[in-house]
Amino acid sequence: MSENKTVRLIITRQDRPDSAPYEEEFVIPYRPNMNVISALMEIRRNPINAKGEKTTPVAWEMNCLEEVCGACSMVINGKPRQACAALIDKLEQPIRLEPMRTFPVIRDLVIDRSRMFDALKRVKAWIPIDGTYDLGPGPRMPERKRQWAYELSKCMTCGVCLEACPNVNSKSNFIGPAPLSQVRLFNAHPTGAMHKAERLRAIMGDGGLANCGNSQNCVQSCPKGIPLTTSIAALNRETTIQMFRDFFGSDEV
Amino acid sequence: MAGNREFYYRRLHSLLGVVPVGIFLVQHLVVNHFATRGPEAFNRAAAFMENLPFRYFLEIFVIFLPLLFHAVYGIYIAFTAKFNTRQYGYFRNWMFMLQRITGIITLIFVVWHVYETRVQAAFGVKVNYDMMANIVDNPFMLGFYIVGILSTVFHFANGLWSFCVSWGLTVSPRSQQVFTYITMIIFVALSIVGIRAILAFA
Repeated sequence: MSENKTVRLIITRQDRPDSAPYEEEFVIPYRPNMNVISALMEIRRNPINAKGEKTTPVAWEMNCLEEVCGACSMVINGKPRQACAALIDKLEQPIRLEPMRTFPVIRDLVIDRSRMFDALKRVKAWIPIDGTYDLGPGPRMPERKRQWAYELSKCMTCGVCLEACPNVNSKSNFIGPAPLSQVRLFNAHPTGAMHKAERLRAIMGDGGLANCGNSQNCVQSCPKGIPLTTSIAALNRETTIQMFRDFFGSDEV
Repeated sequence: MAGNREFYYRRLHSLLGVVPVGIFLVQHLVVNHFATRGPEAFNRAAAFMENLPFRYFLEIFVIFLPLLFHAVYGIYIAFTAKFNTRQYGYFRNWMFMLQRITGIITLIFVVWHVYETRVQAAFGVKVNYDMMANIVDNPFMLGFYIVGILSTVFHFANGLWSFCVSWGLTVSPRSQQVFTYITMIIFVALSIVGIRAILAFA
């Protein structure tokens, strides 16, 4: 019996960025310990759909295969998550795979997450340490704080929080939860804090922090368990203070 | 929208919903509650409010202008959201959707209510217990008012919660949770005040 066991997948496909999406069904042989990636690899090996017709292999992205790179994010049975960490044994069949349509679809399950990387640039999600001479070591970071900041640093820019957010859509220019939480991370770093006001002013711009509507889907969906809504609320407090500093004046430039 | 004003508009929207509009709402519901003590008591309370010094100034700057901004910008906020409670049925996501839906219902209700009372008053109609009693004599209008009051009070109570988050008062998940309970108690308490008052006219 077990050699006849199969896996049924219904995949939302799209041939070109501007063409209409369509569904295609696949039935593939079951193997123990399969995940969505290995199921997609099976389709690539033998691209024949459930009707027995030869078709093009389904396109998707992957890289680390251990849920730290964020490349294989897709909507699996209605929930955005990483395909590598989605085990076939734990999924209800037929398994529905869709691209995260909050992002531009390039082909099938491949999406363009550039907007997230642009957002990281916009909020200056880095620590400037370069100078024309050796600047020497920066201030020390307390171990307790380092451990706390490590949780925020787990973000892999996978896009799941943007997909889950009701305020990230084609009608709004909200940058989304992930880059906001990175502002909190880099402002917490002793050297990064030297550019705190710049990052805060960046997220006080259009499409920034204020667009959050507190649906809190992001924190529920984040595969890394990053306290995104706590980050947003903490930044709300920081920007409140920054707003008053900027208006009334402050020596903390 | 010109320039980088969105942050300030959103903060202003959040602030105006509580001060002065929210405070006015509570005051309005409390004054209405005089109706439970009979027509005389309500008419006396309404007359006191009507004869406050600087009435037009107060009406314009404490009620109409803040309300207008909150309403217009609120419509923009409500229609930039794409609801997804079917996929993400979390409590806060439902509250997010309800906040926007009750906002729109409240706007429709308030526009009708202002037309029926304040605008008519400007044309010389007397605003008193009998006016409201006539309105809610119609069971459909009574239903409309009850829905309107509940939606307004919910929008205020839940808006108080998001005000606390938006201004950075409640940061930790624990404090946000406790404020959910507090604001829902406020919702129930103000609903009782509002519903008792409207039923006193019926």
